[in-house]
Amino acid sequence: MTTLSESRGEVATGIALYAHLLRRAGFSATRAQIEAYAKRPYEEVVEELLNPQDQPEIDENRLIRYYPHYGTLEDYNGGGAGRWYYRMVNSERHLQEKIAFFWHHVFATAWHKTEHSPTIIRQIELFRQNGLGNFSDILLDLSRDPAMIHWLDNNQNHSNRINENYGRELMELFSMGIGAYSEHDIKEAARAFTGWTYRQPMPLYPYGAWESSYEYDENDHDDGEKEFLGHKGNFNGQDVIDIIVKEESAARFICRHLYNFFVADEPQVPAWSIEPPLDTEAIDIMVNAYFESNHEIRAVLRAMFNSDFFKAAAYKRVKSPVEFVTGVIKLSGEYTEPDPGFGEMAAASTAMGQELLNPATVEGWHTGKEWIDGGTLNERVNFAVEHLQKTDAPGVIDITDRLAAHGRALSPEEFLDECLDLVGPMTIGDETRISLMDFANSLGSIDFSADREDALTNVTHMLRLVVAAPEYQFG
Amino acid sequence: MASNGANGKEKDPVLVVIQQSGGNDFMNTVIPFENGHYWDARPTIRVERDNMVPFTDDLAFHGAAEPFKGIFDDGDMAIIQGIGYENSSRSHFRGMDIWHTAEPTSVATEGWLGQVIRELDPDKKNVLTGVSIGRGLPRAMASPGVPVASIGNLDNYGLMTPVQIEEERNKDLDIFKRMYSPAFGSGVVMDYLGQTGRDSLTGADILKKAPEMYESTIEYADNSIAQALRDVARIHLAGLGTRIFYTQHGGYDHHAQELPSHEKLLAELTHGITDFLADLRAHDAADNVLILVFTEFGRRMRDNGSGTDHGSGGGAFLIGDRVTGGLYSEYPSIDPADWLNAEDMRHTIDFRSIYATILEQWIGVESQDIVRGKYEQINPFTAA
Repeated sequence: MTTLSESRGEVATGIALYAHLLRRAGFSATRAQIEAYAKRPYEEVVEELLNPQDQPEIDENRLIRYYPHYGTLEDYNGGGAGRWYYRMVNSERHLQEKIAFFWHHVFATAWHKTEHSPTIIRQIELFRQNGLGNFSDILLDLSRDPAMIHWLDNNQNHSNRINENYGRELMELFSMGIGAYSEHDIKEAARAFTGWTYRQPMPLYPYGAWESSYEYDENDHDDGEKEFLGHKGNFNGQDVIDIIVKEESAARFICRHLYNFFVADEPQVPAWSIEPPLDTEAIDIMVNAYFESNHEIRAVLRAMFNSDFFKAAAYKRVKSPVEFVTGVIKLSGEYTEPDPGFGEMAAASTAMGQELLNPATVEGWHTGKEWIDGGTLNERVNFAVEHLQKTDAPGVIDITDRLAAHGRALSPEEFLDECLDLVGPMTIGDETRISLMDFANSLGSIDFSADREDALTNVTHMLRLVVAAPEYQFG
Repeated sequence: MASNGANGKEKDPVLVVIQQSGGNDFMNTVIPFENGHYWDARPTIRVERDNMVPFTDDLAFHGAAEPFKGIFDDGDMAIIQGIGYENSSRSHFRGMDIWHTAEPTSVATEGWLGQVIRELDPDKKNVLTGVSIGRGLPRAMASPGVPVASIGNLDNYGLMTPVQIEEERNKDLDIFKRMYSPAFGSGVVMDYLGQTGRDSLTGADILKKAPEMYESTIEYADNSIAQALRDVARIHLAGLGTRIFYTQHGGYDHHAQELPSHEKLLAELTHGITDFLADLRAHDAADNVLILVFTEFGRRMRDNGSGTDHGSGGGAFLIGDRVTGGLYSEYPSIDPADWLNAEDMRHTIDFRSIYATILEQWIGVESQDIVRGKYEQINPFTAA
């Protein structure tokens, strides 16, 4: 069996390469941004993306002024999600938002258990700050995060009665994957994390969602000797993490997660203990970078983005709903301001099967082709069509201007190719090409110097068909 | 349990699931009003005597749910008291997930009804065997490789619907269909995507008939659940072969302002159901339809401020012309001495018993694989 991804093995070059990089290292970018990046050496751009702290921080004040309740004391997940969408679409720190989304995907924590927006929002802020750093710092911060402590019941993990939930998922889902440890290791890890709890200043009802804070309760910590993954000592949680991050299994597991998220669709996570990676060589390269850098995620991503396996992976992944929605909005150029209605992005991706900040379970979302079913495909296609057929959308006007800038009529083939280029650049299969060419031929050559309205109508018609194509489901 | 239609043709049994999302307060829906513990536990969030409709010596419906009394008195409603499961989850999503997958202990990916749809239509001959009304597919209906139509708006359902001019849209759909017919060997993901796109087109094409064929004197109210049930009626009456319908009524998570909101929701739901039944009966299309109303959990025994917190031990309802009306299982004890963890109702019947009952006795499929075990069934149906 060959997959679509296998049939596309060519290393991208030119503008297609930079567009690919921005789709993966960010939530896509405008054509003007991509063109500006494409004037610079590729590795320099990668370096800039890897250091988002050097770019200006997004100004959320405008948003908060219009929507004062967003993410504050209200128990309302849509607010937190809407605010994050605003950042994904508008932040100049592309990879900061993307890596936060990556960790949200791996450390899937949901609002529905806490019903407490501030702690969930704070967890995501944590990923923005530490997400590219050292894996042991990331796990340590995560273990002290009130939203996570509550989500996996570590506040109920007591020295006289352990609760294994966090100890188990820390290894199974967050670092090493099933099979790399024993049930005994889980119990010992749970013991090491006793006393790691949080303080809630007052109950949610009726006082509102005040922020919680981490608290270490020394009296509730089991300080006895533990045996964990072959090591012995009076371990605390930090020691357990230090042992985990040095494990080969942890390196392989987290690199495979990064590959699945940034490069190409792997099978679902539960199958990883059985099925080998799609590209073992790629994982080896990433694992080497992990150990050489002493467990720095930034170093792993640097090796990944600069490798040929990454450059050859354009359109190898089915876009997640969040990527799909943000990609469409970047292309249509809408919501660069907190205009009325921008909350539709959160509602749309929920209908497509991905409610931001609210995964169904700690296992997170299933990816790849499992994003697609009859209902979600309708939602995806119709969302894209709705936004790309707007003749007043800034992105659509920009595309029309660029086509008009040729200063001459475009043949049907030129018209189609230019549209595909400006949407992606996107490569399409034969059936899609023949179908779209028939449509282009039915329009004849397009004269942009004549009626502007006509030109816009033709452009939006072609764009809505291009984004309805099966190839557009990939990114 | 097939029955004969007017034309003598056998009618297949149909299940309509209505999910009350958020955790319905069962004790304020079916009220044990003669029990002093009710009044003690609920000093504030209680239904007063002048706002309830007794239907047995010691149980009353909330006054807003008065239509339920009519259905109950007609013998068309089985009330499943105290439905739940061990270690009830207080998380909405996890709780709902458990009901959707019939798997309380580990995380399952296949929905119980998704599996039923596969059993009923293994060769995927009808892409409308399962229909979900509302945006987004509930996990109960989801199963890998099982096509399910997920309909946000029946009057504007399908692909390329943002295209307003019908002639243009039809042309676009032709192009869409060609784009979603990839050549052999384009890859497994592309093949799957193409199949899904073409199934969706087929489903939308068939569904177009439903609004056109529908004629009724029933005026459904203008709220989401009544309109969703109207969509179910329109599709059912069009005879498109749909066996499983799913729809949701949201807003039952009453931590605050419970009294006014709960009253409004119960009125919407119960009037919606009576209109739906009347509509089906007027078309001689009710006798093969069973309605299941369920919620993910009940509320805490004691009230808290202006609402109630997540609890356990809720109630479910089976409604239909072939239901043997009455009370099933036992109303959980509301004596504080019996409360679970000193704050919750104890469930008295496992939800998988009801699933197994519906699967075996109504739909006619094996239940053991779907509910993952053997559960004692109740007998709530009369023969055709």
